[in-house]
Amino acid sequence: MTEHFPILILLVPLFGALIVVLLGRERPDQCWVTSLISLGISSLISFFTVIAVLSGKVQELRYRMGGWPESEGYEIGIELRVDILAALVVFAVTLIGFVNTIYSKTRAEAEVQGKVPFFYALMQLLIVGLCGIVMTNDAFNLYVLIEITSLTSYALIAMGNRRAALSSFNYVIMGTIGASFYLIGVGYLYIKTGTLNIDDIHMVLGQKNLWADQSIIVAFIFIMLGVWTKMAFFPLHGWLPNAYAYAPSMTGTFMAPLMTKVMVYVMIRVMLWLFGYKFVYSGQYIWGELIIWMSVLAIVAGSLLALARTDIKKMLTYLIVAEVGYMVGGAWLGNVTGQAGAFYHILSDAAMTFCLFIAASIIVLRVGDSRVNAFDGLFRKMPLTMIGFTVGALSMIGLPPTCGFFSKWYLISGGIEAGHWEYVCALIFSSLVNAVIFFRIFERAYFGKISGVKEDHFPTDSDANPDIRIKEVPWSMLIPLFLASGTVLLLGIMNRSLFEWIQTALKMMNT
Amino acid sequence: MDPIVATFIEENIVPNFNYWIYVILMMIGLYAMITKNNLIKKLIGMAIFQTAIILFYVSVGVKDTAGIPIISHHGSEHHQMAGLSSEAGSTKEIHNKIDKDKYANPLPHVLMLTAIVVGVSTLGLALAISQKIYKSFGTLEEDEILSELRPGGHD
Amino acid sequence: MTEFSFIPLFTWIVSLLAVPMILLFRKRPDAREGVTFLAAFMKLGMIFMMLPLIREGKILHFKFGEILPGIPIEFRVDGLGMLFALVASSLWILTTLYSIGYMRGLKEHDQTRFFCCFAISLSATIGVAFAGNLLTLYIFYEILSLSTYPLVTHHGDKEARSGGRTYLSHLLGTSVAFVLPAMIYCYLKKGGDINFTDGSLLTTNIDAGAGLIVLLAFTFGFAKNGLMPFHSWLPNAMVAPTPVSALLHAVAVVKVGVFCVIRVFTGVFGIELLEKLDIAVVVSWIAAFTVITSSLMALSQDNLKRRLAFSTIGQLSYIILGVSLLSDFGVTGSILHVAMHAFGKITLFFCAGAIYVAMHKKYVIELVGIGRKMPITMTAFAIGSLSVIGLPVTGGLVSKWYLVMGTAQSEQIALLVVFLISSILNACYFLPIVYRAFFCRPEESLYEGGRQEAPLACLIPLCITALLSVISFFNPGLFIELAELIIK
Repeated sequence: MTEHFPILILLVPLFGALIVVLLGRERPDQCWVTSLISLGISSLISFFTVIAVLSGKVQELRYRMGGWPESEGYEIGIELRVDILAALVVFAVTLIGFVNTIYSKTRAEAEVQGKVPFFYALMQLLIVGLCGIVMTNDAFNLYVLIEITSLTSYALIAMGNRRAALSSFNYVIMGTIGASFYLIGVGYLYIKTGTLNIDDIHMVLGQKNLWADQSIIVAFIFIMLGVWTKMAFFPLHGWLPNAYAYAPSMTGTFMAPLMTKVMVYVMIRVMLWLFGYKFVYSGQYIWGELIIWMSVLAIVAGSLLALARTDIKKMLTYLIVAEVGYMVGGAWLGNVTGQAGAFYHILSDAAMTFCLFIAASIIVLRVGDSRVNAFDGLFRKMPLTMIGFTVGALSMIGLPPTCGFFSKWYLISGGIEAGHWEYVCALIFSSLVNAVIFFRIFERAYFGKISGVKEDHFPTDSDANPDIRIKEVPWSMLIPLFLASGTVLLLGIMNRSLFEWIQTALKMMNT
Repeated sequence: MDPIVATFIEENIVPNFNYWIYVILMMIGLYAMITKNNLIKKLIGMAIFQTAIILFYVSVGVKDTAGIPIISHHGSEHHQMAGLSSEAGSTKEIHNKIDKDKYANPLPHVLMLTAIVVGVSTLGLALAISQKIYKSFGTLEEDEILSELRPGGHD
Repeated sequence: MTEFSFIPLFTWIVSLLAVPMILLFRKRPDAREGVTFLAAFMKLGMIFMMLPLIREGKILHFKFGEILPGIPIEFRVDGLGMLFALVASSLWILTTLYSIGYMRGLKEHDQTRFFCCFAISLSATIGVAFAGNLLTLYIFYEILSLSTYPLVTHHGDKEARSGGRTYLSHLLGTSVAFVLPAMIYCYLKKGGDINFTDGSLLTTNIDAGAGLIVLLAFTFGFAKNGLMPFHSWLPNAMVAPTPVSALLHAVAVVKVGVFCVIRVFTGVFGIELLEKLDIAVVVSWIAAFTVITSSLMALSQDNLKRRLAFSTIGQLSYIILGVSLLSDFGVTGSILHVAMHAFGKITLFFCAGAIYVAMHKKYVIELVGIGRKMPITMTAFAIGSLSVIGLPVTGGLVSKWYLVMGTAQSEQIALLVVFLISSILNACYFLPIVYRAFFCRPEESLYEGGRQEAPLACLIPLCITALLSVISFFNPGLFIELAELIIK
């Protein structure tokens, strides 16, 4: 049974999507349940995959699509490959998909009237695509899956208002450029190696000793540019803020934590599995230093741009840009600590971005205004939501025991180990800016409106305060928030074992 | 013509002219995607850009002497054409006996079938989105759309 | 001599457990304050249970699971931690009594939140005092910053907001910017563990340049110690209700700052390593600068609480200065000063609060002749002043004596002069208040009529702390004993 897990993770939501579309005509009310079940099964299977991979019987699961046999030591068909790293990311993806479905229950009907079945279908397809990206071991298949995810996300974003359509259009343009660059890179690799399987390409590169070959360098640069465009690495981030901020709220909540993070995973995978440690960190090329500086720029610029926003969703999207800088920098530090830190940050950032986006969506929904200035007295008005928000925010700032602290710890350790002090400084700078950003919100939300008359006297008893008109949202939205903030804490508490698994897996690729 | 330029053209451009065309087309497409003001023109650029990549891949599969890469329907005639005896055993054996220079590499073509599908669906989706934009803004010129949005928000 | 024990855990957790109880009894103020008292007495009781063991030279420790490779959350109670915990938790009882009087006297809002945050910050303080490694220390340090924020901004008006902003930005900012990287650097240098030991954590090859950077990062990073230029949070935090200023900004929070610095000097670097590297003198001079400057600034403050705040900044730098002398007397003196200054300064704050409750006066110029109106309060104020200045018959003299001996022992005569000048300045900004409160011509006096003291709940604590200041002069044995445990 275990050996079929990888494909089952993909097939269940794939068919779920089809069923939802078919059901949509007759029984639109069943769509939610169907996608909840299919994503639930999928995340359950990916949970068992994590267990299976961890239990030590199988280091990694490999699944040959269509049962193609090996020929002359090369894979002909498409192969799925799940090691512990992939299993963790897939689990994160399916779990967030599942939890977000709970969140979508009321929102989908309100925000995309008439298109509810399509929303659920696209959402499940997006999860399929993301899981496929993580699991596939075929460079061209990776391209196709990237495009599947992109296509679904263009459509999902365009479901929003007219601003969303425009941002989605820009996303189409940028996304196509990125994916095409990736495709060109794969083409060069194929010319030189004659295979598309990631492990095989790596093997051939080694056998033919192609490390200094110009085509390979060009391929690497193209692939990196493509992946960076897709993950919104500064200065290729232009499409991201508007797309995520104007998308329907239940789209933004799961796209923001997943898309960029999965692309970071792809980058790490390309760097270590496709090209290999020897090629990427050999030091013969200028890019090592350069990319660290670029990530420093990304972190600083992302933080400052976030600081300049007053719209909470825009602010969060710029924070994503900064966080992408964290991960790119960590992956490029050239030591296992940094890479493992970047990888741990994929998980922790997914959790905290999810948490913050849900909280922000709830707040915007209830307050009716996305500007921070309107958040007066929120701690009294919606304490439960604000607790969730606070956990996410503290994690963003990097305070223990949230997972944000530990990822920062590992990334800083990696930076110090590699002697890249500029990166360490950038991380700390971004923590401080995040602190300013979020405490600005806390301060507003913690204190009520200062009306000139009653400046010194605060409502003594919150129950008796007539100002409180805003109520908490229904449980279908609060439960996801608490699951997300619980995960933020859980990842923090579990960081040691997680980090050790990640480190062991990455160490093998660093020799 | 300057002899250096002439040799360069002769040695680099002529034998690889399809790659040069791919690069030129790609640049045209990229230019249109980034600089054009009209959204439809951007999409035309996108289509050119994707076609250029298809040209690149197809070029990869080309061999000077090669024909269509179809080997057999397990009939003896084709096997003989391919230089195989009809009692050839395993697939592996067949592989070894095929004269690889006679056939164009089919894989890039197959890949491009997928890429064409992706390209078409991207284009279709993008056209649908631009239709939605046209409906809500009444124009497809980017600067006009942005100037309409300007008073609403600061970006 | 390390011994496993659950008592540190219980001591830490008891005030935390009080929080849900306080919330539960939010409608019944008496039961709510009863819970606080109960927790406070239990805390003190458990500390007294540990005291004899510590005096024997034992070290109690308690460990949670490792949260980072090689770094557990760990409690480790030694003499220094014991002394600090003893002072903080005994004064918590008094402060609770005082805050009941103060908060009810002024009919403050949100008292439940106030007592909750107070309990959490006490837990965090004990956590810092018992921390067995840098990470544990850091975590509780941050919790303390966050849990005191609602207390500082209690009034919720513009002034409180801006004070709170300065408070958090200084404390969080410095700790994230300086302490975190320095801590990770130590972690990597040591190779995967940052437990405090009796020797030094950084025994291995560290050169003077890197050592100095790390030392300064720690010293400035723990900005709760009020070292200039990161001191301005303290005067701004004076917008808080007086019990907060008294316990937190004379005892818990600021002492946590200097406590961390002492830990860094004795536990992370170790006196021997610092002597070898010869870098502590930089810290000495920064502290000396702070001592003099803050005393001068205190002179110009009209608001009584702000004057006390600047005085605190100076006194904290005494402690840093003392430990940076690296001599036995200096280190003992600075640890002693943690306790002695606590008793003196909390008395002064209590008095300031009592004056505010009874007379609604905040400014120094308004205190002329108040000695006749509130004789008990002002007598206590006088004793507190004497203690802070370092005059007999108060505990302040004992610690200052050790500190001065420390400068002599390490032959830093210039720093001895700093102590003397600052003592004179201390006298200049305190004694006139006392003098003019009692000895003014009747026509100058701003007050008429008979005695009118603050409520008893306010009055009793300040008498007790004043008494403690005096007792600690005659009987400083326990404190000296605990302080000397760290020297060995």
